[in-house]
Amino acid sequence: MDEISILYDKIRYEEKSLHEKAIKRGLKVSLLDAKNISLNTSSKHSDFNQSRVFLQRCLSHYRSLYLTTCLEFLGLNVINSSSIIDTCGNKLKTSLKLAQNNIPTPKTHFAFSVEGFKELLTEIGYPKVLKPIVGSWGRGVFPLRNQELANMILEIREEDTNPLSRIYYVQEMIKRPPRDIRCIVIGNKLITSVYRYSADDEWRTNVARGGRTEIAPITKELEDIVIKTSEAIGGGILGVDLMEDLDNGLVVHEVNNNVEFRGASLVSHVDIADAILDYLETFLKR
Amino acid sequence: MKIECNDCGADINLPEDAIVGEIVTCPDCGGDFEIVSKSGDKVELKPAETVGEDWGQ
Ligand SMILES: Nc1ncnc2c1ncn2[C@@H]1O[C@H](COP(=O)(O)OP(=O)(O)OP(=O)(O)O)[C@@H](O)[C@H]1O
Repeated sequence: MDEISILYDKIRYEEKSLHEKAIKRGLKVSLLDAKNISLNTSSKHSDFNQSRVFLQRCLSHYRSLYLTTCLEFLGLNVINSSSIIDTCGNKLKTSLKLAQNNIPTPKTHFAFSVEGFKELLTEIGYPKVLKPIVGSWGRGVFPLRNQELANMILEIREEDTNPLSRIYYVQEMIKRPPRDIRCIVIGNKLITSVYRYSADDEWRTNVARGGRTEIAPITKELEDIVIKTSEAIGGGILGVDLMEDLDNGLVVHEVNNNVEFRGASLVSHVDIADAILDYLETFLKR
Repeated sequence: MKIECNDCGADINLPEDAIVGEIVTCPDCGGDFEIVSKSGDKVELKPAETVGEDWGQ
């Protein structure tokens, strides 16, 4: 019987190093390809891989969410839980959760048709940041600097047949240095924090967009806001992304449920894969 | 280790420590392939899933 199963749809640096490190620790660990799993309404816990804990590492948000929901139906313990994945994988739900818990976050507006959105824009003005509700690596995140640009981007977006593209999510543009702070939080403990700088020709700071990573000091303010965020989301293994608003201090703009840590690993003094395994091992002892 | 690209027949270099589930890219045609099985020097590839709109972290 395995102790830990790592669910994946594509193996990257992160999954590989978690797997290797788990073996070195003498843990019984397996990599499970989520693309090959099927189950049904009569499935039982005992029909399935008997791991004590499942680490959900699928890159596809919907695959991750629905597979986790099914595994939880079997009574299996999946980290992160489906409710965490549901909130973090959806920017609208994340923003509402943060606001509900009084966590500083950029002011965000929602509209539910393109006409409604255009009207909203004339009311709130520019610049603003338009984001897709589901999606990552900065894809589809656009600064709306004036009406002309906004109309162009909206025209392109209307061609998109994804029903989620009819839901509009637009945020105040934060005045910030050309970097974000990204924190890795495990079991409500802040493990490490790094700055992500944007590439020279890029406004977004995502590492996937060529951004550079540097270690960031952990201040009391940072720790407080990050722990509060983690508690609001429901714990687990999280990436909390913040911006340094020059007017209002730290604001949380996003929480990731499937943390990428390759960039942070290169600069951090803490071994992030080890920290994740330490956390998973606490579930083996229960 | 070298393996032939399913699409264009070029040689894809496979690192020794490559494992099942990893993606390799053909240097000639740019095709992405997932390693389906690997035992000794027998490696099987299949076309990798394309990145979906809902992919990421
Ligand atoms: N309101 C904003 N004001 C200024 N810059 C922003 C704002 N929102 C996002 N950005 C910049 O754009 C980048 C991408 O935005 P965001 O993190 O929301 O998208 P994402 O696709 O979820 O990225 P990832 O999940 O990889 O962090 C941010 O890291 C930040 O640098």
